[in-house]
Parts: sequence; C-alpha cells; structure tokens
Amino acid sequence: MNIAALFEHPLGRLEWSSLPFWQMLQDPTADNIINGCIATAAAALVVLGAIVLAVLLTRYRLWRPLWSDWLTSADHKKIGIMYIVIALVMLARALVEAVLMRTQQAVGLDGGFLSAEHFAQLFSTHGTIMIFFMAMPFLTGVINYVMPMQIGARDVSFPVLNSISLGLTAAGAALVMVSLVLGRFSTGGWFGFPPYTELDFSPGVGPDYWIWALSLAGLGSTLTGINVAVTIYKERAPGMKLMHMPMFTWTALCTALLMIFAMPPLTVATAQLALDRYLGFHFFTNDLGGNMMHFANLFWLFGHPEVYILILPAFGVFSETISTFSGKALFGYRSLVMATMAIAVLSFTVWLHHFFTMGQNANINAAFGIASMLIGIPTGVKIYDWMWTMFRGRIRLTVPMVYALGFIVLFVLGGMSGILLASPTIDYQVHNTVFLVAHFHNVAVPGVLFGMLSAYHFWFPKAFGFRLDERWGKVSALCWIFGFMGAFFPLYALGIMGLPRRSVAYTEARYVPLEWVAFGGALLILAALLALLWQLWVSIRNRDESRSFVGDPWAGRSLEWASSSPPPAYNFAVIPVVEGRDAFTTAKENGRAYLRPDMYADIELPKNSAMGPNIAVLGFALAFSLVWHIWWLVVLTLLAAIAGLIIRGFARDTTRIIPAQEVQREHQCWIDAVIHATAVCRADECQSANVGLALQAPDGGVP
Amino acid sequence: MVALGYWGALFIMLMMLNACAGSKHLSFLDPQGPVAEAQRSHFYWVLGILAVFVAVPIFLLLPFFVWRYRYGRKASRYTPRWENSRLLGIMSWVGPIAIVIVLAFFVWRDAHQLDPYRPLASEQSPLQVEVIGYDWKWLFIYPDQGIASIGTLALPVGRPVLLHLTSATVMQSFFIPALGSQIYAMGGMVTQLNLQATQPGASLGENTMYNGDGFHQQKFTARAMDPADFEVWVSKVRATGLPLDAQSLQIIAQPSTHRDLIAALPGARSMGGDVYFTGVSRSLFRTVVMATMDGKPMLPGSAFDRAGMVVPDSGTAGHFTPGQAR
Repeated sequence: MNIAALFEHPLGRLEWSSLPFWQMLQDPTADNIINGCIATAAAALVVLGAIVLAVLLTRYRLWRPLWSDWLTSADHKKIGIMYIVIALVMLARALVEAVLMRTQQAVGLDGGFLSAEHFAQLFSTHGTIMIFFMAMPFLTGVINYVMPMQIGARDVSFPVLNSISLGLTAAGAALVMVSLVLGRFSTGGWFGFPPYTELDFSPGVGPDYWIWALSLAGLGSTLTGINVAVTIYKERAPGMKLMHMPMFTWTALCTALLMIFAMPPLTVATAQLALDRYLGFHFFTNDLGGNMMHFANLFWLFGHPEVYILILPAFGVFSETISTFSGKALFGYRSLVMATMAIAVLSFTVWLHHFFTMGQNANINAAFGIASMLIGIPTGVKIYDWMWTMFRGRIRLTVPMVYALGFIVLFVLGGMSGILLASPTIDYQVHNTVFLVAHFHNVAVPGVLFGMLSAYHFWFPKAFGFRLDERWGKVSALCWIFGFMGAFFPLYALGIMGLPRRSVAYTEARYVPLEWVAFGGALLILAALLALLWQLWVSIRNRDESRSFVGDPWAGRSLEWASSSPPPAYNFAVIPVVEGRDAFTTAKENGRAYLRPDMYADIELPKNSAMGPNIAVLGFALAFSLVWHIWWLVVLTLLAAIAGLIIRGFARDTTRIIPAQEVQREHQCWIDAVIHATAVCRADECQSANVGLALQAPDGGVP
Repeated sequence: MVALGYWGALFIMLMMLNACAGSKHLSFLDPQGPVAEAQRSHFYWVLGILAVFVAVPIFLLLPFFVWRYRYGRKASRYTPRWENSRLLGIMSWVGPIAIVIVLAFFVWRDAHQLDPYRPLASEQSPLQVEVIGYDWKWLFIYPDQGIASIGTLALPVGRPVLLHLTSATVMQSFFIPALGSQIYAMGGMVTQLNLQATQPGASLGENTMYNGDGFHQQKFTARAMDPADFEVWVSKVRATGLPLDAQSLQIIAQPSTHRDLIAALPGARSMGGDVYFTGVSRSLFRTVVMATMDGKPMLPGSAFDRAGMVVPDSGTAGHFTPGQAR
C-alpha cells in the first residue's frame, strides 16, 4: 500500500446519507418522517448543546479556567467531579431513550411509531451508555473523589494517568454522542453478539462505533483499576492497616481488582471482532472455522465480573450511609470485608449462566447454576449486616438513607429473581425475555444507581461546601423508587408471558395493560430525573443557607470529613495518624479532631498536565477515523498519541510545591471557622444552623 | 407496598393467562406438556423457598427497625459502639448457606431431569423434526414424512418430539414457552431439544434472540393435535405443499418476514397463512449446516446441489459430527 492510497477517500465512508435526516428527505414516507424527525431532534440537541456550551464559555470567558482549573488538572477530586458530570449527562440521554422505548412498547400492539431499526439502535445505545458511560464513570468518579480522602492521602498514586483514564472515557462517551449525528449506531445490543455484528449481517458503521467506544472505555477502566489498587496499597495514612480501612475503600479495592482482571477479556473480544470486520479474520463468523460461542464466552467472562464492578462500590456507599445515618458503627466489619472479597472471587466463576441455553450439558449448567447461587450467600450476609447496623441505632431518614432503604427492599427482590435465573431450569424459560430485563434492572437501578445517587447526596457537601435540598431530594428519591417499581415489576410478568426482550412490537393483546403500567413507571422515573435537576438548581440558589465549610455535616465517621468542605487541593494540612476504624469518630470523641499542628511543612502536589485532554482528543479522533475508514487520520492520530506518550516520559518537572505558609494560612482559616461554629445535634442536621460541626458524645453516640 | 406491587404484577399476569382461554398458550405457567409442567413446579418451589426464607424476614425486620430505632424515638435503646455479635454473625452466614444448599439440590436434580437433550420417557419413538432458523422465520422439516412447514409446527399429542436445530444465518433462540425449554440455533452447528404436548391446542412459538428488523415477527404456532389429526395434517401438506427446491430455498434464505415470504413464494398464498413444502430431501438439514459452515449459506442452487453431493445421505438425523454444539 502506498501513501497516496491513504488519501484516496479523505472522508472515508462519510456521505450525505450519514446524516440523520437524509433518508427522510430521499424517501418521505410517514414512517421515515417520524423516525427521521426523532433522530434529527436528537442530533440537533447534541449539536446545539455543544454550540450553547461553547458560546457560554466564551461569553463568560471561562475557557482558560476550564482548561487550567479542570481539564488539565491532576487533582483526584476534580477528576472525580468531571467523571460524575459525564455520568449525569449520559444518564439523561439514556433515560430519555428508555422512555422512548417504553412509549413505543405501550403502543406497540401491531405497530407503533418507531421503526424496528430505530428501536434497535435505542436499546443498543441505552445499554451501552448505561453500563459504560453512566454507571462506570459515576462509580469511578465517586471512588476518585472519596477513596484518597478516606485513606488520608493527598492524591492517587498516578495522577496524570488518572487524567488520561478520564480522557479515554470522555472520548468514548463523545463517540457515542457523535453517533447520533453521523451514521447509525449498532443494532446488536449492548453485548453485540456475532455473527449478527459481523460484516455479513451488519455492514454499516454501527458495530464499529460500538467496538471503539467500548475499547476506549475499557482501556480507561483498566488503567483506573490499576491506579485505584496501587493507591490503596501504597498511599494509606500512617497507622491505617487494611482492616482499618472504611468499607467503601474496601469495595473500591475489590472493584479495582475486578477491573484489572475483567477488562482485558472485553478488550480482546472487541479487538477480535474488529479484526473480523476490518481485516477479514474469522474469529466469530459462521464460516471458515469461526465460532460465535467464543465471543459469548469471552464477553461474559468480562460481563459477569462487570456487574460486580458496578455493584460493589454501591455496597460500599450503603455501608457508609447506613452506618452514618444510624449514628452507629458498622456491624460485622470483618464479615463484610470477607463477603466483599468472596463476591469478587466468585464473580469470575459464574459467567456461563449468561448462556445456559447454548447446548452444553446438564453437569456444566448445574455447576454454574449453583456457583451463581453461591454469590447470594455473601450478598445475604451484607443485607443482614446492614440491618444489624440499624438495629439499636438512631436512624435519620435523610435522602441518602431513603435511597439506602429503597435499595435494601428492592434489591432483595432483584436478588431473588437472580437466584431464579441462576437455576438453569428456570433460565431455559425466561432467558432472553423481558423477565431478564426486569431482573438486571432490578439489581442495577436500586443497586448501582441508587448507590451512586446516595453517594451524590452524601458527599456533595464535601465537594462543594453546601448541602443539597432535602425536600426535592426526597421527592426525587421517591419518584425513583416508585417509578422503578412501576416500570419493571410488570416486565417480570410480561417475561413469564413469553415477551422476548428487544421486541419493537407484538401481536398479543394480553401484553397491553402491563405495558401501559410500565410506561407510567417510566414517566415517573423521568420525573425523578427532572426533580434531581431541579433540586440541584434550588440547592445552588439557596446555597448560603446550607453552607458547611467546617466540613462534617452528617456526623461522619471516616477521614474525608476531617477536612474543610470543599477540601484544599492537598486534602489535609497534616496527614492524620490512624489507630483504628472510624478514625474521625475516634478523633472527635477524644477531642483531637480539630488540632493545630506545631509546625507546617511544604506540600508536594502533581503539576497540571495536558496529557489527559490530549489523549481524549487523539483517542476520539482515532476511534472516529477508524469507524469511518479515514485512514490518513488513523495513522496521524496513532503516531501523535504514541509520540505524546514518549515525550511525556521525558518530563521531569512534574510536581509543584505548596509553601508551608500557605498551608498554614488555609488551615488557620479553617480552624478559626471550627472555633466559631456551633456544634449541632442531628435534629438540626438539615437546618441552616448546621455549618458542618457535629456534636459527638464521648460514648460514641451521635446526639 | 413494594411486595404488594410485586405480587400485584404477578397476579395480573396470572389473570391474563387464564382470562383468555381459547387463544394461544403463552407461558410455562399455563403448561401444555410435561417439560413445561415440571418447570412450573420447579419455579414455584424455588420462588416459595425464597419468599418464605429470604423475603419475608427482611420485609418484616427492616420496617420494624426503621420505625423502632428512628431518631425521634429517644426511648429506644441506642448502642452506638455495638458492632459485633458472634451469634448474629454466624447466623448471617448460616442462614443463606442453608438456603443455598436446599436450592442447590433442586437445581442439580432438575437441571439433569429437564436437560433439553435428554430424551423424554415414552413408549413411542420420538417424532423427528429438523429446525432451520432463517431471517425471520423458522423452517420445520419432517424428514421421515418428507415434508416441511413455515408458520406452524404440528405435533401429535402424547408422542415425544426430538428437534435438531441449526441456523442458516445469525444466532437465534427457538422457544415454545408452554411446551418447554428454549435453545440456541447456531450456524454450522446443531443443537437438540426434546418436547412433548399432552393435550391438543395452540401455543406461542418464537425466536427470542435479536436478529434484525423482522425479529419481532419471527413467531409461529406450535399446534398440538391428536395423532389422527396429525396424519391428516401430514397428508394435507403432502397434497398442497410446494416443492422445496433450490429456487424456493433461495427465496426462504432472503431476509424477509413471514408475510413477505408468502408474497415472494409463488403458490404460497393459498395456504391460510402457513407455507407447506413437499418433496423435502433427507439431506437438506445437513446440507444447510455444512453450507453455512463453508460460508456459502445463500448461494442460489449451488449450496443445495453441491453439498448434496459432498455429504452422503445417511438418512437419520442427529449424528452430525461437524459442529455439534455438544
């Protein structure tokens, strides 16, 4: 191949027909117009959103602060917040898609308004986004923000790598967004089984969008896993043994280990599929020795640990919120650590239950079915330990606690349907039906999403210095809980009535009533999202009445509360010394929580680096040009990325020093605020009197 | 309240399943054969154990704790440092372990007894049916009768049916909920499924694995009929069926829904919604498996003829060496 061939098609496969309204203009049937309008509106929203954002940034001269304070920052707290912003944006998109799908199914008796292909794109992007660009960034963001503070560290072990991981995730998310504007996304679902996603059956750009978006996100997550695990192993405050770590940090560690081991099979599977599609290999084709079963095997070897990557941090969050809002030490800490580790290990032994129906023999199915049920044991232990934590506590029903209670009740049902599915005998009946859809939403929504929303409400005052509005928070939480029930309980029944998942329409009139109930539930969930946004707006508007600069609004137990809100860039003026669990509670009991050190020292922090945003742009351009076969850009971006990484390897001046005087001044300012603050009891927790100083009884109680 | 919603949904479903007697049987909770019936009782057992031993204790204890130990009720005992109890710790593990041990017994026993590959106990030899998944319809071949059908899978009541399945296109999943298990059909490979109907009636049949635009229309009727009626049906197919030659096979292999297929197949319009074929070669199923594996699933004529030459006609289904899924 010569150089000129690279430029033969400078825009690759891009054509006018890649635009979402092209088909509608060429062939204006009613069907094409409806679907074209919806697709065009979505595309316009993406483009307009980008334009409005750019205009606002220019108008308020925010480009420079955006660049130097945020995008190039290596501060784990800012990276964490940016992850969560991505998660919330993607949540909004995928949730609107879900409502569109529920609407279609509600009117889907013998038809509906969406074309089959449009519907297939919706379920594919909905799943891909919710897993890889909502749940993963959300939990990664929370881990990034909270974990280093909980272990008394100043930052993660590899701050710039952290920024690069964020860049890769952002590039993947951007690729999925661009698929709304140019071309069509995959119709093969979030797990993209071949041979349907092979060239023979899906010749368009869709599966390529899916492959490269997942590759970017997967690479980012692998690096995050390494970063988090190393940070927990190496950066803990002096005295903090592993068995002193807060429960959330434990779950972050287990999730990080799962990321390290579970992401590579995904990367390999998508890479092999890419080889099939780009270079004519035959890994998963019907013919010439290909075998689609290998893809199922590899994908779920990733896919099952993945669900525990998602759920474990949520378990960690609930451990923190339930203990804090019950005013009580976590019950059965040792048991919970063991249970978490057991889940992490067992999660690698059950992947086959995703394809009991592939024709393997009963011994294999029964063995994997029982292995799957084994995970119910440590999960059950966790539920009981959380309940014993509440037992003889003083439970405050704040928003994070409402989510936690909603979680326990609904998750028990989700876990039960999981045990049902773990039995091959039942799986043969409900596999691939909407029963399965109901099950994984029943663990993913009350589990993962409620966990992350609980975390959002719990740690928001830490990150921004003021609390979120309680009333709208509760409205939103209740809408989530009841909306979830309305949207997904009917799907259990519909699945048992034989409705396959991913059906754009049906001919069975008996499905209609339950479909409408599910539609109502979906609307309630949409209301929950709107209430969440409104709550943010109300909270920002009234922020002066909910400030908690002193830093401990909830009578917290671990070290992240032992600093001002928001914390300084270096987290702690003096690294705390830890002697046991619930380090901050112990310090408060002993009156050593807010001490002035004898002397302050210079603090070394990572310098800003443009590596993260550079990798984001290059990663996006590389993936985009691979999707559209723009070969010159592929070569260019690949070379640029490699060159950038090599050049970065020679950088020596990578840290900056915060002088001792500045540390002293900031710390002084915070200690002064502590001295002038009035400690509040928990009855005033949500009043403006709560500036972040909590009453603490010497017996460990929270008055 | 949550439990109410949950059981409410299940209750509405049971009402719907029973309310419309006369229409198609949709579910294994309305079983039409021994496999689905056994699956139903397995389902109720597991669900019952879980409801009684998992859900009920938690649903009773949790609201009680939240009420009893709420912040406003200062009279309740408050033990902020209490964080461990040997007894409760052990119970938290022993309870779930015991439940899983009991469930494991059911799982192991029934996974073997209801293995889709396991022949059903019967004095009659099973009826052989070969199933080929196309986009977006199933072709049912009765090799011993020399006939084939699209749209209806006819079964004699009381006689076991042994299905061999493959796909001429992407992965699909063959499923008749009211009769029994679903199983994947994959290109170049053969899977098996044993079913039986106990009473005459029509059941929903479908593909549950997404395979493109016509996926939701890939339905058929599993029609269980008395043995005598089945013989009548076979003769009717023989009398009215189209020849399943290379040309019709090529039309079937095109991605099309049932309705498009009827429009495209000359002579198919007069069959009341189903499409029948006669003169079906015994080697057809094997030919499709081999041709798909060779990467020439849809070549007009050639796949049919060539593979017919390459693969000798052994006459019995179920002994394919290439690409057996197991």
